[in-house]
Formats: sequence, C-alpha cells, structure tokens
Amino acid sequence: MTAAQPLPTLEITALEKRFGETQVLRSIDLKVQNGELVFVIGPSGSGKSTMLRCCNRLEEPTSGAIHVNGKPMLGIPRKELDRMRLQVGMVFQGFFLYPHLSALKNVTLAQRKALGRSKAEAEARALEMLDKVGLKHKADAMPSELSGGQQQRVAIARALALDPKVMLFDEPTSALDPELVGSVLKVMRDLRELGMTMIVVSHEMHFAREAADRVVFMDGGVIVEEGPPEEIFGNPKSDRLKAFLSRVSGEAA
Amino acid sequence: MDFFDAFLNPEIIATYLRPMVRAVWVTIWISVLVVISGLALGALLAGLRAYQKRWLSWPIVLFADLMRALPPLVLMLILFFGLPSIGIILNDWFVLYLILTLVLAAFVEEIFWATMTSLPRGQWEAGAATGLSFLQVLVHVIFPQALRMNIPPLVNRSLTISKMTAYGSVIGVKEIVSVAGSAQAFSGSATPLTMAALAYLIIFFPAMLLSRYIEDRFHYEH
Ligand SMILES: Nc1ncnc2c1ncn2[C@@H]1O[C@H](COP(=O)(O)OP(=O)(O)OP(=O)(O)O)[C@@H](O)[C@H]1O
Ligand SMILES: [Mg+2]
Repeated sequence: MTAAQPLPTLEITALEKRFGETQVLRSIDLKVQNGELVFVIGPSGSGKSTMLRCCNRLEEPTSGAIHVNGKPMLGIPRKELDRMRLQVGMVFQGFFLYPHLSALKNVTLAQRKALGRSKAEAEARALEMLDKVGLKHKADAMPSELSGGQQQRVAIARALALDPKVMLFDEPTSALDPELVGSVLKVMRDLRELGMTMIVVSHEMHFAREAADRVVFMDGGVIVEEGPPEEIFGNPKSDRLKAFLSRVSGEAA
Repeated sequence: MDFFDAFLNPEIIATYLRPMVRAVWVTIWISVLVVISGLALGALLAGLRAYQKRWLSWPIVLFADLMRALPPLVLMLILFFGLPSIGIILNDWFVLYLILTLVLAAFVEEIFWATMTSLPRGQWEAGAATGLSFLQVLVHVIFPQALRMNIPPLVNRSLTISKMTAYGSVIGVKEIVSVAGSAQAFSGSATPLTMAALAYLIIFFPAMLLSRYIEDRFHYEH
C-alpha cells in the first residue's frame, strides 16, 4: 500500500462495545481498502463477531465510529441506516435463509422491498447471483431442500444481489459438514477475484494463507497484531498470537 | 310417535326450511366476518407488541389475558343488556360480532407472539442486514413464518369461535340455534333442532375439509 491512501471502503475508528459491565471491544481501529480481503482470527469470545455486527449495527457500538466509503453508519436516522445497510452485506454462520421462500425469492425480497427494484429486474439479478454461486438450477428449491453448503451460497447471493460495497462473513463455514466447506470457500475466492471487499472471520487458516491480503488477530477485545498472512502465520510477534496459533494447529493435527 | 315423526317430521321441515336457511346465512356471514377481522386484529396486535414499547405491550397483554379469561357470553350480556342502562344501544348481531372478534384476536395475538419470539434471532437480523425496515421484516419475514407454523391452532380457534355464534341466541340474533329454538317452542317438535344440527354439519364439514387442505398446502419442513 502506498502513502497516499484512497478513502477506505470500511473504516472502524476507536470502536468500543460494552454489554453492561463487560467490555467486549476496546478501541478497535481497522481500515479496509477497496478490494481487500481482511481475515480475522482469534480465540472464542475475543469479540470477532461483535466487531462485525457493529459494522452494520446489528450490535449498537458503545462509542467510536464506522464509515463506509466515508459515510457514517452511526448517529444517523433509522431510514438512513436501512439505506447504509444495503452497502454492507452480511453472511451468518447459521445462514438464516427465509424458510418460507424459495431460493430465488430469498434473493429478490430485499432487492424489491429495500432497493425498490422491479420484479423482473430483481429476478434477473437474482438468477445472475445464483449462477455466480453455482445454484441457478436450484432457484425454485425451498431452503429445506438444500444442503447447508447450498443454503450458505444462497445466503451469499442474497447479500450480493444488493450490490454491497463490503461483505462481512462471520464463520461462514463453521456450521457445515467438512465436505461442504470447499464449495462455500470457492465462492468466496471467486468473489475476491472479482474485487469484492471482504472481512472474513473464520477458522479456515489455509484459506487465510492463500486468499487474505491481511490477517488481523484479536484477543480480549483488542487487535493484538495484524499483517500479511506470511507474517502472521510465519513470524508471529506477540506471545498471545504464538499461543493461539500453536493451539489451533494442535487442534488441526 | 315414532323416531322420524319426532326428529325428522317432513311437514315441520317444510314449514321451517326457509327461516332455517336464512339462519344458516346469518351464521355463515357472522362467522366469516369474525374470522377475518379476528385474525387481522390478532396479527396487528402481535405486530405492535413486537415494537417492544412498554406503553403498547402492556395494554395488549392485559387485553389478551382478559379476553381469554372471561367467558364470551358474559361479555355479550354486559354489552347487550348492560350498556343500554347508560344510553348505549348496540345491535344484537354487532355485539355478537364484536365480542367474538375480540376473543379470537386475543388468542391469535398470543399464538403469533409465541412463535415470533421463538423464531431464531437470525431471521430478524438477516432481514435487517439486507436493509429491510422493522415493519418490512415483520411483514415479509416474520409473519409469513408465524402464520405457516400455526395453521392448525389458528384453524381450530377459527372453527371454535364460529360455533360460538350460537351464543347469539341469548341476545336475539337470528342465527341457527335461535331460529331452531323458537321453532321448537312454537311447534312442540324436536325436528327443528335436528335441522339445526344438520345445518351445522353442512357448514362445518366443508370448513373442516378446507382446513385440512390449508394445513397440507402450507405445511413445510424446518
Ligand atoms: N448480547 C450479548 N450480551 C452479553 N454479552 C455478549 C453478547 N454478545 C456477546 N457477548 C460477549 O462478548 C464477548 C465476545 O463475543 P463474540 O461473539 O464477539 O466473540 P467471538 O470472537 O465471535 O467468539 P466465537 O469465536 O466463539 O464466535 C463474549 O464474551 C460474549 O460472551
Ligand atoms: Mg463469533
């Protein structure tokens, strides 16, 4: 990255989050540039999900600022927040497709109701997105008829169809059977090739090594260390990161 | 006096067929109105409760508990015979319609609310994260699921409340029981009562079939 940096696609500034007495995030600063894939690792309870959920205000930050393409996410009226949320796609560990709607309708709903696209336009776009995740042939299937991996890919298509500026992934493959993980990672890899800006919280370390521009290590609600994957995995500096890495590699072995 | 003479006397049937048919229509349209408005009002109340404003939730919960606790007949008697003493006179059929609607709405609100709170939080969040407003999430994500998951209890409640139109006989609504009762008193024959039973079968048997169809149609796996 050069000295004259362009406007970050997502900028987190001095973010704090408390749940009652418990401080979950303390002074988080993170800039994600256009087209960058930032991978977030850290032990359970370190605040990774909370940080992502603050970015689209599913969780209300206690203090700090979030900007998407320079526009504030905080301190704006609900109507404006709904508009801003269109720019921030989110993929959940649990998929959360709408079970009463077909795959196609899952992808058209927000396009029609939040973006105001016509039925024809929304369906065309939905089919395009389902094609992108390899599920065009499942457009009419109900979520209950899809495997977990397929459901997660529909969920990705649902977020993508709104033309977000940044995509947040919170452990997108953690609820999947091992043989289905690859299909979802492939979609994420394709997205990266297409220049999508992404923050990925995940335990798929090999994916981080291969696809991440930057890896962020969180522990105890702070960013302890960040850098390119070679540095973070090959040459960890802090003891906490070293301990964490030896723990997860121990689990994997 | 043989059985048919007592319960299915052709002359009596001929005499009272017309008023009975008219009574069947009264029962049907009051039931249909009650079911439509009760479902709509119950869903609306559950929706308002979802906003989690204390000044909204509190009266809704109180209303639902009262309406489910009190016998509908008592409420009808109060409205029909009590209100005139303070100068408010309501139509007999309107009292029947109003009370049954409120009672159904109370049950529907509770049924909807129980499901809405048991749906995974992710359903609300997935909607919100895609830029849908709270109302849009409610209408397009939460309600359709609450409805589909509760077809059997909603249908049962609707059938039960429709049969309660028989209470109308106490306040003079010309529905099936009321008309059959007068006919029985006037003729001294049990035949009108048989006709009433048959009339209910004719109305509710198709309703039952329809409800089975709806249950099958909208059933989906989770
Ligand atoms: N709604 C909440 N109320 C109270 N505490 C919460 C809430 N949500 C999260 N926490 C707490 O905040 C801390 C961070 O949680 P978070 O889910 O962000 O961690 P995480 O890094 O995503 O963990 P994991 O890897 O297990 O998903 C945890 O201690 C958790 O118990
Ligand atoms: Mg988490």
